[in-house]
Amino acid sequence: MVKLQVLAFAGARDVIGAASVFVDVEDGLTAAALLAVLCDRYPGLGAYRGSIRVAVNGCYALGDERITSGDEVALIPPVAGG
Amino acid sequence: MSYLSTLPLDMAPLLGAVSHSSAGAVATFAGVVRDHNEGRRITRLEYHAYDSMAEKEMGAIEKEILERFDGVRIACIHRLGSLDVGELAVACAASAPHRAEAFAACRALIDELKARVPIWKREHGPEGPYWVGWEDARCGSDHMHE
Repeated sequence: MVKLQVLAFAGARDVIGAASVFVDVEDGLTAAALLAVLCDRYPGLGAYRGSIRVAVNGCYALGDERITSGDEVALIPPVAGG
Repeated sequence: MSYLSTLPLDMAPLLGAVSHSSAGAVATFAGVVRDHNEGRRITRLEYHAYDSMAEKEMGAIEKEILERFDGVRIACIHRLGSLDVGELAVACAASAPHRAEAFAACRALIDELKARVPIWKREHGPEGPYWVGWEDARCGSDHMHE
């Protein structure tokens, strides 16, 4: 198991109630699996699950991308710049 | 040149950054805070970003556009923080030998920025705070994005 810090922004931050959270997960879990873990822990996120992207080390991750200890992980709700 | 700024924006530095002796055309885009959105009255917008990723993504967009359009130079600054109606939220500029490429590159720049860069805005007005796009995201789709 590894402890990951997950950053959250905008609407996802409001649901979680913090700018970042720590989760204990299996090393090498996928981005999609991490999102599932967070939606289980924060049921309010569930309705938005299909629209939240996971970023790993500052890049959008594919669902099957694996996350390891030390990666910078973030939840990216639909963006709205401009 | 592309970056985030917490200070009020001005087009002049962008024009300076893209102008040169072979550029016969300079196109600009200014994104301005307006007083309404989808029927809601807006008094101000609050912009937040995932700063490090946003600047990385802006750099990637810049690189893609320079590869796609010959002879183009581009610049973009996005404002963060609390903005009043009428303030500049984003400023883009593109130069090229001729106007077709300048307009196309400027359009691509703002379109890609809005689609990809991790920046969010929260509306403030009589109906209370609202993250733009968040409610539309609710159960909207079941796909995992690329």
